[in-house]
Amino acid sequence: MKNSVTCAPQSWHFEYVLRLGDNALILGQRISEWCGHSPFVEEDVAMANTALDHIGRARMLLTHAGNLQGNKQTEDDLAYSRNEREFKNFLLCELPIGDFAYTIVRQVLLDTYHFHLYAALQKSSDDTLAAIAAKVVKESTYHLRHSSEWLIRLGDGTEESQRRAQLALDNQWRFTSEFFLADEVDDVAHQAGVGVDVSLLEKLWRDNVNDILSAACLLRPEDAPLRASGRMGLHTEHMGFLLAEMQSVQRAYPGLDW
Amino acid sequence: MEISSLEESRREAIFQARVDAEEKIEPKDWMPEAYRKNLIRQISQHGHSEVVGQLPEGNWITRAPTLRRKAVLLAKVQDEAGHGLYLYSATETLGIAREELMEQLLTGKAKYASIFNYPTLSWADVGAIGWLVDGAAIVNQISLCRTSYGPYARAMVRICKEESFHMRQGYEIMTVLARGSQEQKAMAQDALNRWWWPTLMMFGPHDADSAHSGSSMKWKIKRQSNDELRQKFVDQSVAQAQHLNLKIPDEKLKWNDERGHYDFGEIDWDEFTAVLGGAGPCNHERLEARRIAHEQGDWVRDAMFAHAEKQRQRDVRKTA
Repeated sequence: MKNSVTCAPQSWHFEYVLRLGDNALILGQRISEWCGHSPFVEEDVAMANTALDHIGRARMLLTHAGNLQGNKQTEDDLAYSRNEREFKNFLLCELPIGDFAYTIVRQVLLDTYHFHLYAALQKSSDDTLAAIAAKVVKESTYHLRHSSEWLIRLGDGTEESQRRAQLALDNQWRFTSEFFLADEVDDVAHQAGVGVDVSLLEKLWRDNVNDILSAACLLRPEDAPLRASGRMGLHTEHMGFLLAEMQSVQRAYPGLDW
Repeated sequence: MEISSLEESRREAIFQARVDAEEKIEPKDWMPEAYRKNLIRQISQHGHSEVVGQLPEGNWITRAPTLRRKAVLLAKVQDEAGHGLYLYSATETLGIAREELMEQLLTGKAKYASIFNYPTLSWADVGAIGWLVDGAAIVNQISLCRTSYGPYARAMVRICKEESFHMRQGYEIMTVLARGSQEQKAMAQDALNRWWWPTLMMFGPHDADSAHSGSSMKWKIKRQSNDELRQKFVDQSVAQAQHLNLKIPDEKLKWNDERGHYDFGEIDWDEFTAVLGGAGPCNHERLEARRIAHEQGDWVRDAMFAHAEKQRQRDVRKTA
């Protein structure tokens, strides 16, 4: 299935990198909400560390996106001055953190995706993107170890933890189809050697997620109707609040250094 | 009875001689019960302060005004959780379990630094906390790097290194604000006005009124007195405020040539006592946030133990 996105010459490259940056930024923003509120202090450390990794990659990717546009926009311009419809992250990234099971399920789904995505992007013909990917894939390796080990503990723990983990999975599964919905930007980026082959990525992701769910004694939900409009800038009702909070200082005092 | 009491005195004398000779006391060494209790109180209080201390600054992570500031603040709050972990571990070497430490925090039996019962109301507060609160913590903790209990002293060495980065990031935030727009300058001054006095309170009561100071100094758990440390902090902060062109909110602040130190006004000890007693602006919120986090973690911890037990049984079956 294809979305129709009309690309001006070269704008696909900016758009491709921007999407990666937006996923990292919005997911990092969400995970950071756990700081000081995790089930125990070890997880406070882990959550802050993971959020920091995502914000770090958002900075690199958004800076790169800005450079591709001829330095028109900095990382902060892109993070703080765009409106909701201009953000291109997956919807799954913007959903509220929920309980610990909800966050862990989201992390497993996205860490698996990021691991395979960035492993492949290490071979990108865009040298900057390949260099970013080489760093990011190391982080995603330990993110996935953290989240998948937790999901196995929760799924194969108590009745209560199993119930919560399955519910979280059932609720979020419908947002995963968006990962593999290639549009013109993905196709052009892939053909140019900048981006990855989304259909290959989907197979790797499905196999890996199936293994984790099976080890966690969780049932893979049926594929549900698509919730896949983040790439078009059509977000959930949660996104406006996330941006209002994230951009509040910059919006209240525009144009200043901080 | 008499023999064991003699034996006790002999051990205490040997212990004190080791402390006087600046030897470090290690977890398996004999130590007076009161020394152990005093240390558990102090180190756990310090650990709780780091853990609760995540909250006021954590309040600004999602609103940090640039991505660089957001990344640095995340790194700092992560350090604080890490400090909490070292310190809880150091406390556990004294024979108390984490669960009990948590219970003491949540029931109010154990204290944490009162400074964290004040709210962070603007971005400048993040700067003021780094500059002043972490600055004060360093003054205190540099001194604790020489504390007599080995695990505590070693934790302090590492913590101090990270705290000095925290202080620098706070001062850098204040520098940018102080040189910024009128609104930013006002924000920075307002933060200094609100955080100055609570920061001075961090050093505790005057020496004459300090309940735990006597034995702590004798055992070299504490190396310098509350008033000495507070003076050191005031002396270093005045020049820093001048450099920012901000005014410390104390009309009595004045250089005293004879003493070679700054004189400063009296702390509002009623406020100190009130906040310590639970009546500060955020005492309820801070403890409630930790209580909710802990309670909502119950099912997670249960799952972790249940899974570990299942794994153990599977391993037993495999080897059988």
